[in-house]
Amino acid sequence: MGSLKVIHALYTDDDVLLSAVKTVKAEKHHIEEIYTPFPVHGLDKAMGLEPTRIAIAAFMYGCVGLIVATTMMNYIMIEDWPQDIGGKPSFSYLENMPAFVPIMFELTVFFAAHLMVITFYLRSRLWPFKNAENPDPRTTDDHFLMEIPVHNNEKELKTLLTKTGAVEVHIVDKEAH
Amino acid sequence: MYTFSKRLKIVSILLFVVGAVGWGTSYVASHDLTLDDVKALLAEEHSYHGAETSHSEEAYGADAQRDVQTNSEAHAAMIHSTHDSNTHAEESHVVDTHNDDAHAEHVLHQMHNRPYAALYVAAFFFFMISLGVLAFYAIQYAAQAGWSPVLFRVMEAITYYLLPGALIVLGIAWWAGDHIFIWMDPEVVAHDELIQAKSGWLNKTWFMIRGLIFITGWSLYRYFSRKFSLAQDLADVNDNKNFKNNFRISAGFLVFYIYTESIMSWDWIMSVDPHWFSTLFGWYVFASMFVSGITVIALITIYLKSKGLMEFVNDSHLHDLAKFMFAISVFWTYLWFSQFMLIWYANIPEEVTYFVTRIEDYNLPFFGMIILNFIFPFLVLINSDYKRVPWFIVMAGVVILFGHYIDVFNMIMPATVGDRWFIGVPEISAVLLFLGLFIFVVFYALSKAPLLAKGNPFIKESEHFHY
Repeated sequence: MGSLKVIHALYTDDDVLLSAVKTVKAEKHHIEEIYTPFPVHGLDKAMGLEPTRIAIAAFMYGCVGLIVATTMMNYIMIEDWPQDIGGKPSFSYLENMPAFVPIMFELTVFFAAHLMVITFYLRSRLWPFKNAENPDPRTTDDHFLMEIPVHNNEKELKTLLTKTGAVEVHIVDKEAH
Repeated sequence: MYTFSKRLKIVSILLFVVGAVGWGTSYVASHDLTLDDVKALLAEEHSYHGAETSHSEEAYGADAQRDVQTNSEAHAAMIHSTHDSNTHAEESHVVDTHNDDAHAEHVLHQMHNRPYAALYVAAFFFFMISLGVLAFYAIQYAAQAGWSPVLFRVMEAITYYLLPGALIVLGIAWWAGDHIFIWMDPEVVAHDELIQAKSGWLNKTWFMIRGLIFITGWSLYRYFSRKFSLAQDLADVNDNKNFKNNFRISAGFLVFYIYTESIMSWDWIMSVDPHWFSTLFGWYVFASMFVSGITVIALITIYLKSKGLMEFVNDSHLHDLAKFMFAISVFWTYLWFSQFMLIWYANIPEEVTYFVTRIEDYNLPFFGMIILNFIFPFLVLINSDYKRVPWFIVMAGVVILFGHYIDVFNMIMPATVGDRWFIGVPEISAVLLFLGLFIFVVFYALSKAPLLAKGNPFIKESEHFHY
């Protein structure tokens, strides 16, 4: 892919950023990425990102957790080493189910939560020892950075972004990865 | 401004009249029953239900006779043992010798109780909706919530039903007496040491005084809160005195509420089984009234919005209400299960009898309720987008309300009518009766004030609320 020219516009306020995003989108420019120190409410919608599908994944992970818990408890407590639960030695999973419900619930939540986080990391290409992609460390403090690819329209973009309230606008050669 | 349309007025009056007539007929019919009728009925039932219920295949003759015995023994274990646990063995022996008469009389009592219990269940159900809404409303003020002020007038209208509704419940309890509350029967108390020990708390006078104290407290809060809310509309923009007053009394009310709601649930519901107790019962009833109340707020809001009267309510408000319906349904299930699991696990006879009766005699409503109150709303409302679709909320809401009616039904009926339950004329009529009254009172209150609490300091935030 080689190198790619991008323009970086920095903002110091999330409301200004949000209205800038709306202006840039209205001018039909593509926004590559936005770096913010904290999640900005409504930013995904303003950028026109597709809604997340992580909820669907979470639901499926929860179902997996429920199945794992049921199978595991059935094997441990009923089949492999039958237990007398609460003085009711019926040795049937269904009849003893109230005792297993807390575990079924906990593992559902455990699977949904952990696998969801792992999915999110993988999907965002984050893993241990990875170098930060962050182009400007100030975006971890009090700055918001909007990245727009340049297609021979530097001037036009620069004026547009300055008008939207950017405190800094500069052009960067970005290493493609 | 909403005007109470003539059509809705007629509908509500019609519901009331149809319900009153239906309930009245079943009341008269049940009181015309004599012991002989019941005996004939029992004999008929044995010839027909023997095959299903008895452990053997045969139904007639000697077996039918034995069936009566097993049945009356079961009743002796269930009801009479609660009268006097010490002489339990003795008593079931006594029952054995003249079981036919004793059993028939017992069934006759249960059949007499049914219209009272049906009326009480329906009255309590509608009363608890308005009490749940009052708590929700107070929480909005105490938390200074910014999203909900557009819904305040709907909530205030629903809580208008609280005073009449609560007085009706207490009135029925007074009038029905030992038809619902067995501890109100001096005969029973005389033979029951456990109730005797509790009679310092469970006696009719103190029961009524407590009830009136609760109702007074709730109604006073409701009265002043509504007054401040209306006064805030007329006040100057910079004058938030009324809002601040409302904040203060709401915080105070919530403390009063959580105590009185808990005690009310022991008195008005848990005491129908005077031997049984559960420490989280107050919370459990609270969850039920909270979710029913929120559901009714959503339903009335959707109705008014569909009439074009609440344009300021947007998708996000409905979304939040639906989130509450979802969340509190899960909360209700959590409490239901916590109560059930501890008692099931410990398996102490005096506690577990509560669930044994319900699982044996009320299997369908008891487990059906879990589907209505948990599984259905959980699956329907779990998707974020569906929480914004009015007809989805209405569908889930109707099921939730039905489920919580069944919940109250399951709390009251086993102690009053035993296995003689059915959702028939008296139950449905009683629901229609109170539905008519509820609609009449609530929509009358809605027509008394503008639908937007325009003076609330958070009203702008609420109108622009966007999720």
